[in-house]
Amino acid sequence: METPGQIRDRILARFSGAEVTVVTNPGPAAQHSLLVGAAHATAIATFLRDDPVLQLDTCSNVTGVDWPGREIVETVRQPLAPEEDADPAAPPGVIEEKIKRLVPGSLEVVYHLYSVALKHGPVILRLRTADRAANVTLPSLTPVWRACEFQEREVFDLYGVKFTGHPDLRRILMWDEFQHHPMRKDYVEPDDYEWEPTPHDAVLTKARRHYPAPPAAPEEESTP
Amino acid sequence: MSEAPPAPAAPEITAAERDELRRHGILLTSLEELYNWGRSNSVWPLQFGLACCAIEMIAASMARFDIARFGSEVFRPSPRQADLLIVSGTVTKKMAPQVVRLWNQMPEPKYCIAMGACAISGGPFKQGYNVLKGIDRFIPVDVYIPGCPPRPEALLHGLMQLQEQIRAQKISGPEAPRHLRPEASGEFPVPEFGGSDLVPPRNPDLWEPPTIVRAE
Repeated sequence: METPGQIRDRILARFSGAEVTVVTNPGPAAQHSLLVGAAHATAIATFLRDDPVLQLDTCSNVTGVDWPGREIVETVRQPLAPEEDADPAAPPGVIEEKIKRLVPGSLEVVYHLYSVALKHGPVILRLRTADRAANVTLPSLTPVWRACEFQEREVFDLYGVKFTGHPDLRRILMWDEFQHHPMRKDYVEPDDYEWEPTPHDAVLTKARRHYPAPPAAPEEESTP
Repeated sequence: MSEAPPAPAAPEITAAERDELRRHGILLTSLEELYNWGRSNSVWPLQFGLACCAIEMIAASMARFDIARFGSEVFRPSPRQADLLIVSGTVTKKMAPQVVRLWNQMPEPKYCIAMGACAISGGPFKQGYNVLKGIDRFIPVDVYIPGCPPRPEALLHGLMQLQEQIRAQKISGPEAPRHLRPEASGEFPVPEFGGSDLVPPRNPDLWEPPTIVRAE
């Protein structure tokens, strides 16, 4: 099977203006994936399915990833302007400036594609939303692979990605009245903690919050 | 005519003496005993499974373990005909209203067995957001069977414990079970789906969280 780089080159040759980048996986699995821009996603998916060399006719898995926004601290080193009475032989001073930069988060949908006809795979597609709050719309690939239907509903339910073009976008695991997306990193579960025999870590913190400390022991009477 | 002296109180008959009488063809019994004997030997469960515990429940009903030995082989597909709700598996919060509704649809007298760790306390999913932490928050449970999942023998043992409970029930007086007290209702409020949890999260008449003061 072609490498992700070769597939990317063929996609770029076919669709001018498409955004496709190879996301390398540094782990031993080395499952590299293709990050596809949302604008051309449906056309690229159709191309991957119908291409005679690839024939990726099966979408075996759709899942989601939540990338919360994070703060990056960058250190910038700038040479200090030399003072007038300084020793010219001394090395010039360096000032370090720390710049905080906010990287916006995004929601990601991952598709694992296989070819049953040619017995190869997987080719991994990734789609990313613009952010995690308002612009969480992505094109649905259900019209390309029918198997995506329930799994895209699951991603909608648990991550809150809205798929345009999905035939029946409803919650699939949680009830319809549920208002949150439980697989997001900032989801706070309902506070229905109960007694736990051996609490530790986060559960211990919860236990301390729920069960008050015992009243202070009465002070021992000091001998007169 | 003088009044007859009051009859002396009948002495208690021990089980051994009763067995001896039975051997001679004399059956001494009470209506209560007869009634409970009949009921305890024909506990019909609801044909209702939730998770992997249901597989063990099915195994218990098959020939090797043979729940028919205890008169409970008639798994009814309708709650209207069932006496026993075996909550066999994980009760998710999405499923909990339906379980309570099934329980409400069963006619009295009815009994509930919480089978397995999930039905008792949420089990391995206790810290999750989507699993009810024990069906006893909404339904009165008669027998708890621990295990993950419990083996069919454990289910049979739980059934035998339930039969003993039924045999010990009084048919009159203040200790009578729920179905013989007119003021007690067999209907329990069905929780509704809320924005982030069930509303209410538990039935306060049935269950309150324990008040624990931590040790340290």
